[in-house]
Amino acid sequence: MSNLPDEDPYAIFKKTYFEECRELLEVLEDKVTTLTVDAIDFEDLNAIFRAVHSMKAGAGAFKFDRLVAYTHIFESVLDQMRQDKLDINQNVIDIMIRGGDVLADLVAAAEEDVEFEGGSDEDVRALLEDLLSGTGDGESSSGAATEDLLDDTDGNSDDTASADTIYSIAFRPKAELFRHANEPLLIIRELRSLGQLDIVLDSTKLPDFRTMEVEDAYFHWLLTLESSCSRADVDEVFEFVIDDCDLEITEEAGVARETDAETAASVEEPELLMPSAVAETEAVSQKTTSASKSGKQKAGSQITSIRVDLDRVDRLVNQVSEMVIAQSMVVQDISLALGPRAAVELQGLEDLALRTRHLQEGVMAIRMQPVKSVFSRMPRVVRDLSAKLGKKIDLETCGETTEVDKTVIEELGDPLTHMIRNSLDHGIEPPAERLAAGKPETGTIKLSAEHRSGRILIQVSDDGRGIDRDRVLEKAIERGVVAKDQNLTPEEVDELIFHPGFSTAEEVSEVSGRGVGMDVVRRNILALGGRTMVESEMGVGTTFTLTLPLTLAILDGMLISVGTQKYILPLTTIIETVRPEPGSIRKLTDGLEVMHIRGEVLRLVHLSQVFDVKGAETDPAKALVVLVELASGKKIGLVVDELLGQQQVVIKSMEENYKIIPGVSGATILGDGMVALIVDVDSFEGVTLHSSGGSKDPGADIMKTDTSKADVVKIEAEAV
Amino acid sequence: MSKLILTVDDSKTMRDMVAFTLKGAGFDVLEAVDGQDALSKVSGKRIDVVITDINMPIMDGITLVKELRGQADFKATPILMLTTETDDEKRQQGRAAGATGWIVKPFDPEKLLQVVNKVCP
Repeated sequence: MSNLPDEDPYAIFKKTYFEECRELLEVLEDKVTTLTVDAIDFEDLNAIFRAVHSMKAGAGAFKFDRLVAYTHIFESVLDQMRQDKLDINQNVIDIMIRGGDVLADLVAAAEEDVEFEGGSDEDVRALLEDLLSGTGDGESSSGAATEDLLDDTDGNSDDTASADTIYSIAFRPKAELFRHANEPLLIIRELRSLGQLDIVLDSTKLPDFRTMEVEDAYFHWLLTLESSCSRADVDEVFEFVIDDCDLEITEEAGVARETDAETAASVEEPELLMPSAVAETEAVSQKTTSASKSGKQKAGSQITSIRVDLDRVDRLVNQVSEMVIAQSMVVQDISLALGPRAAVELQGLEDLALRTRHLQEGVMAIRMQPVKSVFSRMPRVVRDLSAKLGKKIDLETCGETTEVDKTVIEELGDPLTHMIRNSLDHGIEPPAERLAAGKPETGTIKLSAEHRSGRILIQVSDDGRGIDRDRVLEKAIERGVVAKDQNLTPEEVDELIFHPGFSTAEEVSEVSGRGVGMDVVRRNILALGGRTMVESEMGVGTTFTLTLPLTLAILDGMLISVGTQKYILPLTTIIETVRPEPGSIRKLTDGLEVMHIRGEVLRLVHLSQVFDVKGAETDPAKALVVLVELASGKKIGLVVDELLGQQQVVIKSMEENYKIIPGVSGATILGDGMVALIVDVDSFEGVTLHSSGGSKDPGADIMKTDTSKADVVKIEAEAV
Repeated sequence: MSKLILTVDDSKTMRDMVAFTLKGAGFDVLEAVDGQDALSKVSGKRIDVVITDINMPIMDGITLVKELRGQADFKATPILMLTTETDDEKRQQGRAAGATGWIVKPFDPEKLLQVVNKVCP
């Protein structure tokens, strides 16, 4: 077996391989988690087997030896399982689950081209080997075969005979040789390439023409090969026909160098080979029927999808977006040129507009994927955790086919995992407590997804104990998150669990961690342009609701004007808009401005200053203040001139089209062809205005104490 | 006219690499993702060599070999199994179904070409 050359032209296939691995690991995860002791689906087992098998094949090609060794033993166990030779109990299933995890880690290590850390693969391999040895088939499939795989040269290279050997070969094909499409002439041709070949044809077995079967082989040959090649090379020529012929190979040293022992061994070999080969053929023909049966059963599902490079889709999305913009520009131009008569002229264009919109939706839909790929990871989380916590939990999912943009899906996994863990750890009570409360012993967590008014709504609800508001409040006061005398509504108390650093678990558990959890969830979701809400009833349960945009390519924005410029604010960040009373604005010594509103002090940011726009209203009392919530949960007020209206905009990357500008997350093209920048409100977190000269920011300190006192984060943006 | 080789594998990585190697050696390549896909693609084509994986969804390699051997056009077409199975079992199943020979994975370009040339008329 030769090594791939140094400047490996096959390296380009690694990308495909790892992409494929990701898909296969998903299949694996999906199927493994559905395995239960009472209901073994052999189709699922087959799918798992194939996934591991495919990963092994690629790993072998790229010489990921550790991965090869691991997948090999994993595959062997799966093979035993799918053939029903291995008793599948909970232990086996647990090993499968762990095995899948370690496999994912190994693949990741290979992809990053780092040495795999830790010996978890060795541990699992040992477990898998134990399983195999239990089946009695361990010998043949594990150790020996691994060696074989990694090194199938059989040590032939050692006996490179320097002198010519004379091989006398009696090659007598059986009648059925041709049925495997083997061709004696090709074999002879190959032998001749090895050295000097003398050929004697024996046609005595050729029957009378009338009784001759055209598909049968009748010729025999006596071949004498004088060559410096090894015996193994000669054997290899007959590799594929060994079962379809009688073959006798004897060798005499031309100028002998080989030891007697070796020669003797070689001469004996054919006799040893023949009977066993025949026996195997018979034994195997029975198995073939069952194999082909299972092959037929698999038929039926058709391939209805194709794989497309994401770049291509994005280019298409982009082109269509441009088209939508171009079209609205045309409409605007015509309206301007024709004035009142435009309505008539524009009728035809309306139809075009409708079709363009459909086209845009269709193109966007290409990027959409069902949330199933994220949801399918959750049973796993529930299973692991409930075992660890000693709780009994059923996970119900619905709406798995609800589709959302691929990018959103990718970002959804972590927050969702956090939420499920939170429900498991804090929501669902231990079985005894549940029984005492007159509830079923097994708790239920429901995970659902649905489309609602152009957004996706994901809910995680449990029938646990609900949020203990007294305790939340107590903890919040203890930590100085809220003041003692502050009156909070129940909803406001519930909101506290999203506060950074807040955790009510009596003891910090390994599971939900040290208060990193719900605040991180909120931040992640906010970063996706989404919202988090919680509803809870003591003793009955808690429901977390996420709403997310269906795509990150389009943004629901608020068009605002500042001086001569127009900007877009992401609608989801806007809480409310106020025209402040002159008395509520205070200037701090270093040029910072704050605004009092309902007992809160908010820092004001003048967009005109940030973007250096001339002609804007500088007095906040005469302008508008848009209250926005940052990803951190802080609120600030943006001073703008006017709100021009809500608008769906297509996001263009600054990075790709221009360069990164601080304070701007992207840009869009408006109907009139003008570019409007999309304001990145999170960049104003902790910004001290340039006039402040970079000194410590007292305003921020005020904010800190005051917002934390703070009550209400009014969640639903008023503009919808 | 260059020879046409049908390669059947559910793994895109494998298909890509086999195709790349064969094309580099001057063969034309027809790809299929499983047995059924292969059967649907061969009609009307003169295939010189078939290289198929064993473990595939929908229709596995051994069933494919049987199906192909049952067709008049494929009676004498060399069919190679590309497989990681080092134990004889799968190999023998394949042979019983009518396969000509096998190529043992891990994938090795030289070995692949060597075996293809060995059976290629």
